[in-house]
Amino acid sequence: MASQIVSLASVATPNNGVDLDEIMQQKAEHQGCGTSGGSGKASCGTGAGQGDLAPEIWEKVKNHPCYSEEAHHHYARMHVAVAPACNIQCNYCNRKYDCANESRPGVVSEKLTPEQAAKKVLAVASTIPQMTVLGIAGPGDPLANPEKTFKTFELISKTAPDIKLCLSTNGLMLPDHVNTIAGYNVDHVTITINMVDADVGAQIYPWIYYKNKRYKGREAAQILTDRQMQGLEMLTERGILCKVNSVMIPGINDHHLVEVNRAVKSRGAFLHNIMPLISAPEHGTVFGLNGQRGPTAQELKSLQDSCEGEMNMMRHCRQCRADAVGLLGEDRSAEFTTEAVMAMEVDYDIDSRKAYQTLVEQERQATADAKRMELETLAGEQSDVKILIAVATKGSGRINEHFGHATEFQIYEASASGAKFVGHRRVDLYCQGGYGEEEALETTIIRAINDCTAVFVAKIGGCPKASLESAGIDAVDRYAFEYIEQSVIAYYRDYLDKIRSGSVVHGQRGDAQIRQGAYVAA
Amino acid sequence: MAFKIVSSQCTSCSACEPECPNMAISEKNGTFVIDPAKCTECINYFDEPQCVAVCPVDDTCIIDNNYPRYSA
Repeated sequence: MASQIVSLASVATPNNGVDLDEIMQQKAEHQGCGTSGGSGKASCGTGAGQGDLAPEIWEKVKNHPCYSEEAHHHYARMHVAVAPACNIQCNYCNRKYDCANESRPGVVSEKLTPEQAAKKVLAVASTIPQMTVLGIAGPGDPLANPEKTFKTFELISKTAPDIKLCLSTNGLMLPDHVNTIAGYNVDHVTITINMVDADVGAQIYPWIYYKNKRYKGREAAQILTDRQMQGLEMLTERGILCKVNSVMIPGINDHHLVEVNRAVKSRGAFLHNIMPLISAPEHGTVFGLNGQRGPTAQELKSLQDSCEGEMNMMRHCRQCRADAVGLLGEDRSAEFTTEAVMAMEVDYDIDSRKAYQTLVEQERQATADAKRMELETLAGEQSDVKILIAVATKGSGRINEHFGHATEFQIYEASASGAKFVGHRRVDLYCQGGYGEEEALETTIIRAINDCTAVFVAKIGGCPKASLESAGIDAVDRYAFEYIEQSVIAYYRDYLDKIRSGSVVHGQRGDAQIRQGAYVAA
Repeated sequence: MAFKIVSSQCTSCSACEPECPNMAISEKNGTFVIDPAKCTECINYFDEPQCVAVCPVDDTCIIDNNYPRYSA
């Protein structure tokens, strides 16, 4: 699940409303794992990350990096860019722009035919055994290219039946294709819904192309929202899992997204992903050119927090390209160009993929167990102190990246109820003159994690450590290669002790910037 | 009697190709082109030329002045 709230009740039992004291008592008696019977039973086995999701939903999402925050540390996805055409125009999108160093939805380096895409999927799946998900997300709209999209699904479902298929659409043509989607066993669909009010929509969508006509303004937005809601209802009626993506555009739909959240929840969407607007003049988008800003890190988090009581929120989205390959925090698409893929000898071996994934599951269970054991040390803690901690990681749920090599930091919120993933901040270098020098980089990183109390790293040099300290950020390498959540909880416990002993004065941190602009892959 | 595609503007997204009622659009050297002999400006088919309506880049599908306007 995306919103990984680590509460004792949720890891201990799938039932809500249980008596916390009773569970703590059981924990104390049975050391958490290895117990049988009673409400403590679910604490072992498949409980890792399930939170409050129903078992049948958890089964569908547990290995899907885009649907499960917990899975995204371990499993990879790929997108194939077979769908170049689009049927709507969004003010945050510009289809003309494709710098190789650019990373955002709607941008790809090369288009693929369905046959090329199928070969690429086999090549990637054989190279990256933790790649479990194939998505079609554009660079246009998959359902504006239905033949290419469904042909790709058909080919892949024959050659790599263990790979989950999903697609991401603007929803305009969704009602026409729900039957076909169900027919290919696509059980995850993402719809981008930025509004449920045509007056708001008219500020986001200049036009749509529908039934051989270009509609503009309010009329266009009304058709779009009607079709999106209809498509969402049709999918959820069939039991297809729906995630809703929303772009947060300050001053246009930021407050309205609370209403969107209610509307999609009532129609059965199970996960809401509110993403920051990516907007810079060099992208050539309407919003980039007219100076529309994106939200700050705290504006985004505050909106996500306010919707969280209503439904599961996704906070680990990296807003990747329509040809991205790898774990969500990385992009290995450059290794798999069409030329390289066509030259590869592919031996698709489901058994070796399964063997690898068994190891991943063991690692994942160990992570969850470590977290749970650590959480027990917070039992009875009543403090209302909350702090954010930035973590340098390459994946697998461990603190295993050098500060100087990190291209992003994952952000965890530590509180008396445990450790919770609340976002990530990109800090990779700009393709922009003047950047890249050490001082400039440190400034960029400090801006990106300025709301954090500490940063956990595998290693850090003396100079950056001192710069962080002077910005009030504690650079911590004593948890190198340990599990993230376990370490976050341990740090938090020490932090509370320090507040109580007077050696630390807890204060509010400032806001942080969400990085805009071009991405340079490793 | 025809529209043309400004190739320097074309993103090669292919959106126009299936919408053309005359099958006048095809891919050529990475971008799309309109066969002026087949284009009818969508007259008698639709209220507006479909390539213009669906194209994501403004002023990319334009009237080709080398040909007289189409009359049905």
